[in-house]
Amino acid sequence: MLRVEEITKIFNPGTINEKVAVDKLSLHLAPGEFVTVIGGNGAGKSTLLNAVAGTWPVDGGRITIDGNDVTALADFQRAPYIGRVFQDPMLGTAPDMWLEENLALALRRGQKRGIKWGISKEERVFYRERLETLGLGLEDRLSTKVGLLSGGQRQAITLLMATLKQPKLLLLDEHTAALDPATAEKVLELSDNMISEGNLTTLMITHNMKDAIRLGNRLIMMNQGKIILDISGEEKKHLTKQELLDRFAEISGVQEETDSVLLS
Amino acid sequence: MASYFASLNFEALLRACPGGIAQGLIWGIMALGVYFTFRILDLADLSVDGSFATGGAVSIMLILNGWNPELTLIIAFIAGLLAGAITGFLHTKLGIPAILAGILTQIALYSINLNIMGKANQAINVGQTSLRITSNVDLIWRTILIMFIGVIILMGLLYRFLGIEIGCAFRATGNNDVMSRSLGINTDHMKLLGLALSNGLVAMSGGLLAQYQGFADVNMGRGAIVIGLAAVVIGEVICEAIYHRQVSYFHRLSFIVIGSIVYYLVYVLVLWLKFPANDMKLLTAVVVAIFLAVPYLKNKRTNSFRYAGNMAKKMENGGEE
Repeated sequence: MLRVEEITKIFNPGTINEKVAVDKLSLHLAPGEFVTVIGGNGAGKSTLLNAVAGTWPVDGGRITIDGNDVTALADFQRAPYIGRVFQDPMLGTAPDMWLEENLALALRRGQKRGIKWGISKEERVFYRERLETLGLGLEDRLSTKVGLLSGGQRQAITLLMATLKQPKLLLLDEHTAALDPATAEKVLELSDNMISEGNLTTLMITHNMKDAIRLGNRLIMMNQGKIILDISGEEKKHLTKQELLDRFAEISGVQEETDSVLLS
Repeated sequence: MASYFASLNFEALLRACPGGIAQGLIWGIMALGVYFTFRILDLADLSVDGSFATGGAVSIMLILNGWNPELTLIIAFIAGLLAGAITGFLHTKLGIPAILAGILTQIALYSINLNIMGKANQAINVGQTSLRITSNVDLIWRTILIMFIGVIILMGLLYRFLGIEIGCAFRATGNNDVMSRSLGINTDHMKLLGLALSNGLVAMSGGLLAQYQGFADVNMGRGAIVIGLAAVVIGEVICEAIYHRQVSYFHRLSFIVIGSIVYYLVYVLVLWLKFPANDMKLLTAVVVAIFLAVPYLKNKRTNSFRYAGNMAKKMENGGEE
């Protein structure tokens, strides 16, 4: 579904701050694969995700989604394929627009927008149904400005928006990092349900090793712009946190007593 | 003092009011254009000072060439569209900050407007031409009626625009750029569209004002942005005071026009009170500054370090009070 071939991204090239954020990285996601990505600060997790999303162009390599070469496409041109949830709950929704208006925008993700009404009566019924699945009581607040809702509610809505129109690829960028633990757990559970229900091909960055192990059917670990560990199938199911730490120490050559490198 | 009051003629004020309403309606269209960029797109577009005069110049020159006055408004609108598109191009395709892009267009339009007119101002013979929008005292109520109907139709069209898919994408662009792009909206195109549409409205308003006063002047747009902003903020304050809640876009657009009419009625009143006409722009700027500052200062009253400090002092003194 997603094929990343030898992509490289260098920030501030030719300056003293030059940083090779992602270094000839290749990754292939089969349809329905749910991959969790872990790694320390500056490992290149977000860079990988942004490269796939098209936040900026890569400096080398090729990215294809479902057989379509998207390397030359900007973020909004890749939108037909990608559903996305950001780390910052404020980024995923339009605060001054109504809840139903936000959903209507999401339902038309990647479609040509014309002169039809921006929202139809039948859609509202559908939105109500979908909102009920969140279990947050939002189905009765279709005409509430999203800016009046809490960060957790907004993140749940963003998640719903990303999957309202089935994406080829779902990108989750530490999407629970800015939430309190209870809300984070709730949003993670919702994510997991939506992904398994829709059999969505997913790339999820997390800084929480337990979540990375618990969720998804494949785990990759990044370090210095490369993938240093790729675990899937039965092996992933039986993976423990300690094992993961040991493997990291072994591969990176860093003797790390704590998991601070991974968690930061 | 007594002689000052004696010199005020109440009948003169009443006579001046219809003119204020007519001008308010004409500038209301301009204010709607400003609303589209300043509020919906969250961009301060200064090109309107230029495109307002462009609209006036285009309209007057075409009338002088024998065109139908109403038809010239459409050409003025298109001229404004192009002017706005240039600002949009400078901003989105060349990466120039919106304010600067607007100023560049505005300055460029000054020369263009002089070229359109051939000199600094051009007048039409108000008596000869079949003007429907005119400041002629005998026809002022007809002018107001025509403007009123025209503005209602225009607001209907704009309301419709904001409700369709493109309009929703347009509003989303101004509200959350990152989200809009992630949902496949080409935000650059939306900004270009908004700036073009806004300046089209502004130019049409300029064309109407030129017809109303019977001439176009290269400086007629100077400070137009401030008058537009005044109408927007006055309208919003009145709307908020009346409804105290979310209202539909049709209401919001209506109150922008009402804000413009109120502005011009106050203008008439202040002039009637013999406030020097030369100081009117100063007064307008002060009014706009106050209206824009009020929401911020209101928030500051209970959300500032000084407030926190005062609370802390109270605590020290026993805190019972």
